[in-house]
Amino acid sequence: MKVWAPTILRGLLLLLLVAFLVSPGSFEPLLKPLVQPNAPAIYNQGSLLGLTLQHLRTVFIATLAATIIAVLLAILVTRPFGAEFLALSRSLVNIGQTFPPVAVLALAVPAVGFGEKPTLIALFLYGLLPIFENTLTALTNLPRSVMEAARGSGMTPLQRLVQVELPLSLPVIVAGIRLSVVISLATATIGSTVAARTLGEVIIAGLQSNNLAFILQGGLIVGALAVLIYDGLSAIEAMLTRRVRT
Amino acid sequence: MIEIDGITKRYDGITVVDDVSMVIEPRTVTVIVGTSGSGKTTLIRMINRLVEPSEGSIRLDGEDNRSIPGYELRRRIGYAIQGHGLFPHRTVAQNIATVPGLLGWQKSRVDAKVEELLTLFQLDPKTFGSRYPHELSGGQQQRVGVARALAAEPNVLLMDEPFGALDPIIRAKAQEDLLAIQKHFGTTIVLVTHDMNEAFHLADNIAVMDKGKVLQYGPPAELVRAPATPFVETLIGDGERPFRLLSIARTGAAAEPGEAEGEPIREDRSQQEALADLIWTGRKALPVISASGAPMGRVTLETLLKRGARRR
Repeated sequence: MKVWAPTILRGLLLLLLVAFLVSPGSFEPLLKPLVQPNAPAIYNQGSLLGLTLQHLRTVFIATLAATIIAVLLAILVTRPFGAEFLALSRSLVNIGQTFPPVAVLALAVPAVGFGEKPTLIALFLYGLLPIFENTLTALTNLPRSVMEAARGSGMTPLQRLVQVELPLSLPVIVAGIRLSVVISLATATIGSTVAARTLGEVIIAGLQSNNLAFILQGGLIVGALAVLIYDGLSAIEAMLTRRVRT
Repeated sequence: MIEIDGITKRYDGITVVDDVSMVIEPRTVTVIVGTSGSGKTTLIRMINRLVEPSEGSIRLDGEDNRSIPGYELRRRIGYAIQGHGLFPHRTVAQNIATVPGLLGWQKSRVDAKVEELLTLFQLDPKTFGSRYPHELSGGQQQRVGVARALAAEPNVLLMDEPFGALDPIIRAKAQEDLLAIQKHFGTTIVLVTHDMNEAFHLADNIAVMDKGKVLQYGPPAELVRAPATPFVETLIGDGERPFRLLSIARTGAAAEPGEAEGEPIREDRSQQEALADLIWTGRKALPVISASGAPMGRVTLETLLKRGARRR
């Protein structure tokens, strides 16, 4: 019973989220007490489902780009010919993380204009570090005897990378992606300050019109997405870990 | 045949292997012993070029081992290490098929080889082929590690403390299996260990290394009777000498015509075991039988004592 409880809770959360996005109107009585009389209780300046999908799309594209670049960079600096770039790429990726996303947005808008692009840039930079650090950790902490056996059995450096190093590193890389996705899901909301279509729109609209129901529904959708995606990736990670334990 | 010719390895000016020359005969077991840091591991890693020598050359059957790329060379030479180094994300069958896969063997040939090796190592192919390394016991993992090293039918098998992580009972069994496998395939085995008992049990020839140099290289009996340096003598152990001599000879070699009472001993057991049996059971002589059980005479306490004595 106890083992199943979390899974059932997640299932319920998913059902609730889908129900709310498909038919927000039926939840109106719940949110009505939070708003002043005559104010709308459900976001009415666009479809919540559409915003959610757009939000997910933005996060997906940014994370995909961050994953590709971070993993490639980590592979590069762990090869003999790329070792001298290790320190440099570490600092670059760290700068991406320390630079506040709001500042990136402010700087990016003059260069690429309003809309989704500056948000993608901010999320991309912000998402690099966890994936890069995790991939680096995984690639540099592979079991010695396994690496020795891979060399000793006559694999070329590329064969070692593809057949041994990457498969063994995968769980830790996925953990990095998971952290990055959760950060991006939350951070994407501020993209709406520069006119990106994300769930931040709902929250901002609520702040502007002092509508608690708007703020709550925007925040809760993002929160539910983060929890569900986090759990989903954790499950994938656990599955991969089972496969590669020594 | 492996010809090691004036091989030297230096790391940042520190000499790890110092001008070593030796010839390893085909189809023999050569054990390299020495303390940690003696350069024994570096020496065998230069045979398959996991380490490139600073000076000197190594020839395999007359061919310089630098005449082909390192990874191709390593596909021709079996390599088994301590802690087996099995690929955790691959099944037992996939692990064994590693080198044949790299060589591009046909699937049917690979499958047949995997099955043959698993059977040879007393692992049922149906049960174990699809398992993952973490589902095996330590002894089974070690056997799969050796099977993987032998999969491409190499002439030469290099082993770096292959039994180091095993408990004594499984280790003894693994050593027996190795000798049987060596007979079966006629592989030339070069094995590194710091365990003298293991060396005497397995070796046709022993090379003793210290501080990067080979102090003595020869059959085990020669090392016991005529140690080249005090270091070799210490390594063998003063108190162990007679027993080492008895441990490397078969009981059959000491058998003489005659009768004896009690439990017999098989002729392929070591003379040390025969002596132990004599002392333990308080007898003066043991009946000797062949592996198939046919009587082969007896072995006496007196003969064994003589055989364990220093010969002038």
